[in-house]
Amino acid sequence: MSAPFASLRGLRVRYGERTVLAVEALTVERGEILALLGPNGAGKSTLLRVLTLLETPSAGEVLFEGAPVPAAGRLSRRRRLACCFQEPLLLDATALANAALPLRLRGVPWREAEVRALTWLERLGVAARADRRAATLSGGEAQRVSLARALALEPDLLGLDEPFAALDPGSRERLQEEFLALQRERGMAAVLVTHDRAEALRLGDRVAILLEGRLAQVGPAAEVFTRPASEAVARLVGADTILEGTVLGTAEGLITLDVAGHRVEAVGTLPAGERALLCLRPEDVTLLPASEMGRVSSARNNLPGRVVRLLPAGPLLRVHLDCGAPVTALVTRPSAAALSLAEGTAVIATFKASAAHCLPRPAPHP
Amino acid sequence: MDILLEGTREAIRLVLSGDPEVWEIALLTLRVSGTALLIALALGLPLSALLALGRFPGRALFASAVNTGMGLPPVVVGLVVTILLWRSGPLGFLELLYTPSAMILAQAIIALPIVTGLAMAALQGLNPRLRLQLLALGASPLQAVALLLYEARAALLAAVMAAAGRLLAEVGAVLMVGGNIRGLTRVLTTATVLETSMGKFDTAIALGIILLTLAFALNAALTSLQQRGRRS
Repeated sequence: MSAPFASLRGLRVRYGERTVLAVEALTVERGEILALLGPNGAGKSTLLRVLTLLETPSAGEVLFEGAPVPAAGRLSRRRRLACCFQEPLLLDATALANAALPLRLRGVPWREAEVRALTWLERLGVAARADRRAATLSGGEAQRVSLARALALEPDLLGLDEPFAALDPGSRERLQEEFLALQRERGMAAVLVTHDRAEALRLGDRVAILLEGRLAQVGPAAEVFTRPASEAVARLVGADTILEGTVLGTAEGLITLDVAGHRVEAVGTLPAGERALLCLRPEDVTLLPASEMGRVSSARNNLPGRVVRLLPAGPLLRVHLDCGAPVTALVTRPSAAALSLAEGTAVIATFKASAAHCLPRPAPHP
Repeated sequence: MDILLEGTREAIRLVLSGDPEVWEIALLTLRVSGTALLIALALGLPLSALLALGRFPGRALFASAVNTGMGLPPVVVGLVVTILLWRSGPLGFLELLYTPSAMILAQAIIALPIVTGLAMAALQGLNPRLRLQLLALGASPLQAVALLLYEARAALLAAVMAAAGRLLAEVGAVLMVGGNIRGLTRVLTTATVLETSMGKFDTAIALGIILLTLAFALNAALTSLQQRGRRS
């Protein structure tokens, strides 16, 4: 088995007395997008800088194709990587001169650098702006030029530090799609730093969750989102409902729990008698009118409860329920109207056993 | 008012007649201040990059010293350079006192903190993440500094103009270390001082006008360079 394209081991980054990053191991495979997801201040950007050789860690090393980077080979290795940040950070020159700059830095002749840069401005739909000065571009155009500038290098690994975060939702989604298509076509590896879980899920082949400078979980995006390894990860990936319960029994990969007096089936492998946390994403919870209680499917978990609060969540509504324990559901506005949801409305919260993920409850802190 | 008019007429006559002594004085002024400025830029730009972008103990103290030096009194510089170059002084063996080289040395010392301080402020005024971005696009540390200096070019040209103006107008230091020797170390400012003290106002005014014209021409050229590519 060949070594991963890039990997980290025994990494520590300390600023003064404070250890901001402690990551034992992390790999980036060829052609994949690894999303680094975490709250602000978790050390995501620091990790990206170390991985792209822009910052020297206090301890540990970065390996490329299994080999550490010798001090003398640092610049030439760095020149096969590139990064894009949240701000476009263009120089005071034309879009074309900006896009061609990294090639010029590598000694590519001016004519050739221009031709190659123009190809990438075209791919990102900003070739018409090639002769415009950077300061006259719109935010979205400037970010496209910034991305073209990094992609024109055809790097082995592209670091992206929230490059889509400052764009309006429409242009963000378009640019994400275009980037994904180009990344797939070129087969380059990318590391995407983001605090937006939707972006991590959308673009990441794998997701690494970073919490307070430590890796909390690394795995395929779908797995991290549906099987968070801890309560903190569950909250970060959007499992808003986390309920405490006791395992009653286990059968065929499903466990039965007692949650606030209700019998609930969930995915997991915990022994009977164990305390557990049940994680549930709000979009997996459906609401039914309370009058349906006698007719609900026993293949699903059904928790009767009352609406506590209704909060708008973009086009949807976030419904906070009291089912003996707090449960959150996302519903469309038409279905909220059909259920005539209001504070105090009695409803049934229903979800599949496969949507509920169980974690052992950690021992309470003394 | 007669004096001013006479002086202006005399100035025009001196310039148009190509009076060799006036031309020599004007050229020496440009040579001394120009060379001093180039030396200050050669040392000051790398120094400003070090102060603006580097991290080392004593950096803030050094930066404060540079900023203080921007207001260095020319007579103090003249005094120190005179002592250094004095026959019995530490650099006396060079026999540079009362030569254009001594004047260049003194003016370079005056210009260095101005160039360094203003260039440092110019670099610090850039987006601090720009340097990381340049490195992240494969710039070597030196290429990154060169690009940052280029990015700050408008402010750097302002620094050049400030230093050039100061040097062209400077009289104390060049007088002390140059001695205003006719045909050797006489520059426009020292000549103006001399002519005025002798009551020859018309020549003094002529010299003053030539000095102003030189300063204006230089600044006009630098300003047009600075404003190039900007939409007004």
